[in-house]
Amino acid sequence: MEVTTTWYLVLAAALFTTGTVGVLIRRNPLVLFMCVELMLNAVTLTFVAFGSALGGLSGQMAVFFALVVAAAEVVIGLAIIVAIARRHPTTAIDDFSTLRG
Amino acid sequence: MSDLAWLIPILPLFGSLILLLSGRRIGEPRSGWIATSYVLASFVLTFIVYLDVLSHDEHHRRFTSTLFTWIPAGDFSVDIGFLVDPLSLTMCLFITGVGTLIHLYSIGYMHGDPDFSRFFAYLNLFTFSMLMLVLGDNLLLTFLGWEGVGACSYLLISFWFTDEKNASAGKKAFITNRIGDWGFMIAIFLTFFTFGSINYAEILDTAASNQVLESTATLIAVMLFIGAIGKSAQFPLYLWLPDAMAGPTPVSALIHAATMVTSGIYLLTRVNPILADAASWVPTMIAWVGVGTALFAATVAVAQNDIKKVLAYSTVSQLGYMFLAVGTGAYVAAIFHMITHAFFKALLFLGSGSVIHGMDGDQDMRHYGGLRRLMPITSITFIIGWLAIAGVPPFSGFWSKDEILAFAWNESPALWAVGLVTAVLTAFYMTRQVILTFFGRYRFADARPEEIATAWETRIGRTVEMAEEIAAEIEKIQKEIGETQTEIETAKTHLTETQQAATEIDPNDDAESDSEALAEAVIKAEDQVVSAENKLLELQNALQLAEENYETTKREIEEIKSEADEESQQLDSIFDDIPDVNKVKEYLPAEVEKRVEHHPHESPWTMTLPLVILAGLATVAGLIQLPFSSTLKRLEHWLEPTLFHNEVHLTISGGTMWLLAVIAVVSGLFGVLFATFVYQKKRIRPQVFEKAFLADAWTIDRRVSNFMGGPGTRGFQAISSFDSQVVDGTINGVARLVEWKSKGLQKIQNGLIRTYAALIGLGVVALLCWFLVRSNI
Amino acid sequence: MMEVTVFIICSVIVLSGALGVLIARNPVHAALFLVETLFGIAVLFIMLDATFLAAVQVVVYAGAIVILFLFVIMLLGVDKAEDLGIEPISGQRPLTIIIGTSILGLVLTTLLISVNGPTGTLAPTPEPTTNTKNLGEMLFTDHLFAVELTALLLTVAVVGAVSLARRIKGPLQPLPIVEAVSDEEIEVQETKDVE
Repeated sequence: MEVTTTWYLVLAAALFTTGTVGVLIRRNPLVLFMCVELMLNAVTLTFVAFGSALGGLSGQMAVFFALVVAAAEVVIGLAIIVAIARRHPTTAIDDFSTLRG
Repeated sequence: MSDLAWLIPILPLFGSLILLLSGRRIGEPRSGWIATSYVLASFVLTFIVYLDVLSHDEHHRRFTSTLFTWIPAGDFSVDIGFLVDPLSLTMCLFITGVGTLIHLYSIGYMHGDPDFSRFFAYLNLFTFSMLMLVLGDNLLLTFLGWEGVGACSYLLISFWFTDEKNASAGKKAFITNRIGDWGFMIAIFLTFFTFGSINYAEILDTAASNQVLESTATLIAVMLFIGAIGKSAQFPLYLWLPDAMAGPTPVSALIHAATMVTSGIYLLTRVNPILADAASWVPTMIAWVGVGTALFAATVAVAQNDIKKVLAYSTVSQLGYMFLAVGTGAYVAAIFHMITHAFFKALLFLGSGSVIHGMDGDQDMRHYGGLRRLMPITSITFIIGWLAIAGVPPFSGFWSKDEILAFAWNESPALWAVGLVTAVLTAFYMTRQVILTFFGRYRFADARPEEIATAWETRIGRTVEMAEEIAAEIEKIQKEIGETQTEIETAKTHLTETQQAATEIDPNDDAESDSEALAEAVIKAEDQVVSAENKLLELQNALQLAEENYETTKREIEEIKSEADEESQQLDSIFDDIPDVNKVKEYLPAEVEKRVEHHPHESPWTMTLPLVILAGLATVAGLIQLPFSSTLKRLEHWLEPTLFHNEVHLTISGGTMWLLAVIAVVSGLFGVLFATFVYQKKRIRPQVFEKAFLADAWTIDRRVSNFMGGPGTRGFQAISSFDSQVVDGTINGVARLVEWKSKGLQKIQNGLIRTYAALIGLGVVALLCWFLVRSNI
Repeated sequence: MMEVTVFIICSVIVLSGALGVLIARNPVHAALFLVETLFGIAVLFIMLDATFLAAVQVVVYAGAIVILFLFVIMLLGVDKAEDLGIEPISGQRPLTIIIGTSILGLVLTTLLISVNGPTGTLAPTPEPTTNTKNLGEMLFTDHLFAVELTALLLTVAVVGAVSLARRIKGPLQPLPIVEAVSDEEIEVQETKDVE
C-alpha cells in the first residue's frame, strides 16, 4: 500500500462536498464563511497533490495566490457582516432578502 | 510638414472651444480677435503645407496622415485621417484665407451685438467643420464635416433666434439639407458595399482603373449628386438658400456664398473617377440641372428688391455654372470658378453688409441710391465685385465663366446658349443692383411709397371725419328746428288762451288791475311767438349752410381719393425724382422725419480692409488659370494628379474660343448697358422686368410651403400616428407579454443567498455531467 | 506503511473537523473545528513536501483568519446557537442532499475513470529542504507581476474593509427586513406601490 495522488484527491472531494453542504444548510453567515474556507482548502489540497504528482512548484504557487485571495475575501466578507450586524442584530442570512425580484 | 495637416482644422476647433467655454468673460472685441487669429494661424499653416507639397514632384503630391482609427468594426474601419492633395489644399487655402478676412470683417459688423462671442464661436466651429469636410481622407469623415457645416449653418442662420422668421429660416435650411444628406448616406453605404472601403485613396484608385460596374457607379454618382444639390442649393433643393439670408451678413458671405455651398462641387470633383465610370447620362443630367438652375435663379434675381436676396439668387445661379462645369467634365473650370466666385461673391456680400450696416439695417435697395459718395471704399470695392461677376475682362469672373462656357460649347451648343443667356441676365441684375445702391439720388430720407399711401389714407380719413362731424351737426340743427317748431306751437296756444281770457273778462268788475295784467300777458306771449319764429329762421339758415358745407366736403373727399389714385399710379416707380409729398406732408409718419436725420457712414477699417483685399483678389484671381498657353494654365497643372485624367480637353479650335470669348464679353456688356438704359437713363419702366411672378421665385417656394403645410403635414401626421399606434404598439405589446410571462421567473429571485447557492450547486453538477459526457469515457 | 497510517489519521482529522464545522450549533465551536481541519491539511502538505505552504497554512489560516472569525464573533456577540432542526426554506434540504451526493459521486467517478483507480504514483519530489528557497525564487522572478498585483489586492481589501466597517455618523438606518410572504401578498403590495 502506498499513498498515491488519488488518495488526496478523494479526500479533497469529500472535503469539498462537506463544505458545499455546509454552505447550503447553515444560516449563520460566519459559519457559512467557514464552510467556504473548507471548500477552498479542498481545492488547495488538490493543487498541491497534482503539483506534487507532476513535479515542480507551479501547484504550490497557485495555492499561494489562492491563499492571498482567500484572506482578502474573508476580510471583506467579515467587514460586510459587521456592517450589516450594526444595523440589524440578528445575523441569520435568511432574514435578508431585500434584493429579491 | 504635410503630417501637420491635422492641425489645420484643429486650430479653429480650439478657438471655438475657448469661446464656447469662456466667451462671455472674454467679451467684445477680444473674442473676435481670438477667433480671427486661430483662423489666420490655420491659413498660415495651410500655406506652409502648400509650399511643402509644391516642393514635391507633381505625381507624389498626395499625402495622408492618420491620427487614429475611429471606428474599427470587422471589415469596416474608419480612420481619423487627413488627405492632403492639391484639391483639398486648394479648398483649404481659400476657406482659411477668405475665412480670415470674413472673421476680421465680422469684428466690425457684429459690433455691439450682445452675443458677440457666441457668433465667433460658431464661426470658428464652422471653419473647423468645413476643413474636416475637405481634408477628411474618407467619405464618412467628409460626411462628418458635411453635417458639421450644416449644423453651424443652422446655428448661424437662426443666430438672432428671438425673431421667429430667423428661427424658421434655419430650420428650413436644416430640413431641406436632410434630403440631400439622405442621398449622401446612401452613397456611402453603396460605396462600402461596392469597394469594401470608404477611404478615398482606395475607392478612387479602384474606380480610376475601371473596376466598377457601370450600373453601380451610376447609382453612387446619382446619390452623391443628390447630396451635392442639397448642400450646393441646386434645383429643386435650392429653396433654403434665399431664406438663409436671415443670418448675419458675414455668415451669408462665408457659408452661403464662399465655402459651404461649394462643398457639393468639391465632393463631385473629388469622386470624379466614379462619375467617369457612371453612365453617360449622369454628367449630362448634372450639366442640365446646373445650367437650368443658373438660368432660373438669374431670372428670379432680376426682380428682387432685397440687396441680399439678389446676391442669394445670384449665388444659386453661379453654383449652377459650377455644376455645368462638372457635368461637362471641366473639373478645373469648376474649381476655378469656385475660387473666383469665393472672392467676388464674398466681396459682394461683405459690401452689401457694409451698406446694410451704414443704412441702419435696411436691406431694401429701393431705399438706397447715391451711396457712392457716402461710402467710397464700399462702393469702389463693390463695383469691382460687380465687374468680376458680370464677366468684364480682365476681372477674375470673366476668365472662369468664359472657360465654363467654352466647355459647355464643347459639350453642346444648347448648354452654351442657356449659359450665355444667364450671363446676360447676371450682368443685368448686378448692374441694376449697383445702380440702385450706389448711383442715382440718395433716397433713404424720402417718403416711401407705402408711407405716402398711408399718408393719403390718413388725409382721406381726416376729411371723412370732418364730413361726419358736419353730418352730425346737421342732425343736431334739424333736431333743434323740430324743438323750436313745437315751441312756437306752445307759444301760439298760450297766446290764444291769453287773448281769450282777455276778451272774456268782465269789464264791470272792478278788477282793473286784472285786465291790465292780462294785456301785459298778451303782449308777452306775442313777443314769445315772434322770438321763436326768429330762432327758427336762424336755424334754417344754419342748416342750409351746413348742408352746403357737407356737400363741399364730400366733393373734396372724392377729389382727394382720385388724387390719391393718381399718385399711387406713380408710387411704385422708383424713377421719379423726390416724391411730391406736399399735399400730404402733415400726414406722413414720424419715421420719415427721423430718417432725414440719418447720415450713412463708411464702415470701420476692420470691415473695409477685408473688402479691399477681396477686391484685389477678385481682380487678379484670373491669373491662376489663363487660357492663352498651356504653361499659363497653372491651376490645371496643379489639380491634375487629383483628376485621374478625367478632365475633358477642349476640341474646339483657338479661333472658335476667341469668338466665344468675344460673344461672351459683348453679351455681358449688353446686359450692363441694357440695365443702365433701364435704371440710369430711365428709358423703360422697370416694371416690365420686375414681374411679381419672378419676385415670387416662380411661386415654387410658396407652392412647396403650402403643400408641406397642408397635405404634407397631414400625411406626416398619419405616418407618425401609424408609428406610435401600430409599430410602437407591437413593440410595447411584445414587451408586455414578456413582462407578464416573466412574473413566473421572478419567484426564483427570492433574495435568499442559500437558494442562490443551491442554484450554483445545481449548475456545478450540470457542468460536471457535461464534462463527463463530453470526455467520451 | 508509516505514510499510509499518517494519511489515514490526517484524513480522519480533516473530515471530522469538516463535519464538526457542518454540524456545530455554536459558531465558536465551528471555528475550533475549522482549526482542526486546517491543521490536518497542513500535515498533508508536509507529506506532499510543501513545507512552506504547511507553515503558511498554520500561520495565515489558523493564526490569522480563524482568529479574525473569533474576533468578529466576539464583537457582534453572535455566538447564539443555531437550530439546525428547522429549515425555513422549503426544499433546501432535499436539494442539498441531491447536490452533495451528485458532486461527490461525479468527482469520484471522474477520478476513477480518468486515473484508472487508485494506482497513480507520486513523482519524485525535489529536495524538501530547498522547497522554500525554490518557491521564493519562483515567486520573485517568474511571478513577480502577480505578486505585485497581490499586494495591490490586499491593499484594496484593507481599505475596503476599513471603509465598510467604519462607524457612520448619525443614527443608522435599519435594513428593510422583508418577511417571507406568499405570492398573493407580494402582488397586493406591488399594486399598492403602483398606486
